[in-house]
Amino acid sequence: MNSERREMVDGAAAIARGALDVGCNFFAGYPITPASGILTHMLRELPKIGGTGIQGEDEISSIGHCIGAATAGATAFTASSGPGLSLYSENIGLAIMMEVPLVITISQRLGPSTGAATAAAQGDIQFMRWCNSGGYPVIVLSPTNIPESYHLTKRAFKLAKRFRNPVFIATDKETVMTTESVAVSEMTETPDWPEVPDEPVGELLDPYRVNGKIHHYTGSSHTEEGHITKDPSIIADLNERLREKIESRVDELSLVKSDLDDGADTLILSYGISARSMEAAVNQLRAKGEKVSALTVYSLWPIPEKKILEYLKDVKRIIIPEMNHGQYRQEIERLTNGTIELVGVNRVDTFLITPEEIVEAYHG
Amino acid sequence: MAEMGLDTYIAEENLPYEFCPGCSHGKVLGAVSDSLKQQGLDPTEVVIVTDIGCVGLSDKYFVTHAFHGLHGRAITYASGIKMQNPDLKVVVLIGDGGCGIGGHHLLNAARSNTDVTVLVFNNFNFGMTGGQHSATTPLDSITPTTSFGSTDAPMDIAGTAKVNGGGFVARATAFDKNLPEMINKAMNHDGFALIDIWELCTAYYVVRNDFGRKEMMNYMDSMNMESGLLQETDRSSFQTNYKNVQEQASKQKPMGGLILETKFSSNLDKPIRIVLAGAAGQKVVSAGNLLASAATLSGLWTSRRADFPITIQTGFSVAEVVISPEPVLYSGVIKPDVAALVAPEGRDKIARLTKAMDKTGLIYFSEGLGNVDSKAKQLPLLFPESAQKEVRKNISALTAGYLTQELRLFPFEALQEAVRLIQKPKIAEINLGVLAHFKS
Repeated sequence: MNSERREMVDGAAAIARGALDVGCNFFAGYPITPASGILTHMLRELPKIGGTGIQGEDEISSIGHCIGAATAGATAFTASSGPGLSLYSENIGLAIMMEVPLVITISQRLGPSTGAATAAAQGDIQFMRWCNSGGYPVIVLSPTNIPESYHLTKRAFKLAKRFRNPVFIATDKETVMTTESVAVSEMTETPDWPEVPDEPVGELLDPYRVNGKIHHYTGSSHTEEGHITKDPSIIADLNERLREKIESRVDELSLVKSDLDDGADTLILSYGISARSMEAAVNQLRAKGEKVSALTVYSLWPIPEKKILEYLKDVKRIIIPEMNHGQYRQEIERLTNGTIELVGVNRVDTFLITPEEIVEAYHG
Repeated sequence: MAEMGLDTYIAEENLPYEFCPGCSHGKVLGAVSDSLKQQGLDPTEVVIVTDIGCVGLSDKYFVTHAFHGLHGRAITYASGIKMQNPDLKVVVLIGDGGCGIGGHHLLNAARSNTDVTVLVFNNFNFGMTGGQHSATTPLDSITPTTSFGSTDAPMDIAGTAKVNGGGFVARATAFDKNLPEMINKAMNHDGFALIDIWELCTAYYVVRNDFGRKEMMNYMDSMNMESGLLQETDRSSFQTNYKNVQEQASKQKPMGGLILETKFSSNLDKPIRIVLAGAAGQKVVSAGNLLASAATLSGLWTSRRADFPITIQTGFSVAEVVISPEPVLYSGVIKPDVAALVAPEGRDKIARLTKAMDKTGLIYFSEGLGNVDSKAKQLPLLFPESAQKEVRKNISALTAGYLTQELRLFPFEALQEAVRLIQKPKIAEINLGVLAHFKS
């Protein structure tokens, strides 16, 4: 018997610890299942270290506090679910326009509006990407389990700082609220991911300070001094830069995990909680002698196009399990442009996708 | 810091103001500048946070720090800035429109008494978008959106701040000579400060409603909305209160994890999915935690989901535990291997799951809960004779003990060790007593 240290932990605690360990010192949020665990942890822990953790009167004020605090130098964080993202959305545009670093966890639950409170889902994948007016890029990372929740949270803060942009952690009720045993070593050892460079893209945010430089931040199209402008060429340059700073660095941002079988015709592609059912399905199929490959996408946005295409070279069929009506499948459809057969495995009935459903889809 | 003071805090290179002829906004901005001058503030000590509307054009006229955000949300940004850096003086410039759409933020900032100063440029309509009616538009006013006269009662902005606990609340007009002094007082108040400053919108409201300075003063009288200081309290500010929170919290240890070291072993060779189904108050989830922890102590891997209604102390309580020799990938349960029914609420809640079980499945039931619609084998929970008096209060712990004894997934000692490691000493003592009944 090998003695091993394991931890009983849920995703909410892992995310909160990731944030605290990477230097988060400000949190504002509003209660909503299945994200309230993160709120509770942050409000309890932050004052212990001299940080600020508060519950706003709604999601709008919560993210507003975060953006204000960030301009005054805070490493800011908020967490909610789909209904909260609806209320965050106008301020996400503001954070993009002001170039404020901000990390947002969305613990997804099922359906439009109040929906099926509270069942796991992956229905906000497109919403996170497109929730700002103008459609400017954001970064979205999606953990598949509890240790990854911890490590991707830390990564999200580094990316937010480097890009001065909102970065999402796309998770779900199942990952955040289920307590699991995990190896302590998986929590403490950083996965073999490329480091996020320290140097900022553009300028590092220089916050409001007494005796510091004067700063004007604005949500209007602005000059470099932060003054509103109507000059078309300045507006064009600003908008282009906001797009380009992320989209030109897709390769740097791309984070996937491949598990390839030589000569496999079928690749299963998934993310978040559904990627675990994918892994279980792959184990079942291989145990029966099938050749099958798997690709887990951690960096959902910007889409790691090159990385994905690289793994599709000899693939004749892609199976895409996700707990929505095919939101990421439509992106893969765009990438493959009809050259590869796509099969969706989708579930929106409060249950997780089972490994058996994926095996069934494999056998057609 | 008087030596840091400037003659003006207006960025003169950006003048003249873009406001319409006769608009009072420029006057109020001048009063803000005069106040900063009188206070001798370093421009880097001050953040001007502007809302949307004509007043939202103001940020560029200041040589201080500035923040221009979204409509109605200015107070939320200002609070965030002040929370992060209490050394900054944070002043919000907002219109009556912003106070309408952001009323919720205004009244909650007053409640928390956060140390920001809110100057309301209240000109009774939406000037920037063509003079539509706002939250403060007087009754019967003609605006593009109230062609036959407005019918809504006007919002009393200062009154709202006052009744919601705002530390410093005043009403003024843009024509008041002492406005800079009033702003000084507001900015030096330790807590939420608001001055509701009444103004004229010469482009729209004034011309459509014959509302000049004299009419405005008459309106003030007729509404019993007197000008001057309305409230000044010594209630401590959010910043002071939160400092106390930090001080108390700093004495506590940071959150830790529940680490379990493998001490026992198990022969389990495939995953097993167990559902405990009972009622609120039966500590069902706690029993689920015990099973998961005992399995973990025995080198197995686990996941534990809990399901209960949003109300507490009533209705069902369900724990789903997956125990596996390999790390759990799929944590869902649609066809349990084992179900334990300890209350009718739980039995009914998981009827769909028990029905899905096949004949290899095992359903354990407490008295009166057998005979469910399922192909699974159904067996009574036969607690030791000596434990009968524990059944009413501690049925979930007994069930955990019984399942451990019957299923032999891990040693009974692992369950006892789990009780010692994860439960509070008082509860652990009770549960170890309960489990002692199984010893023989």
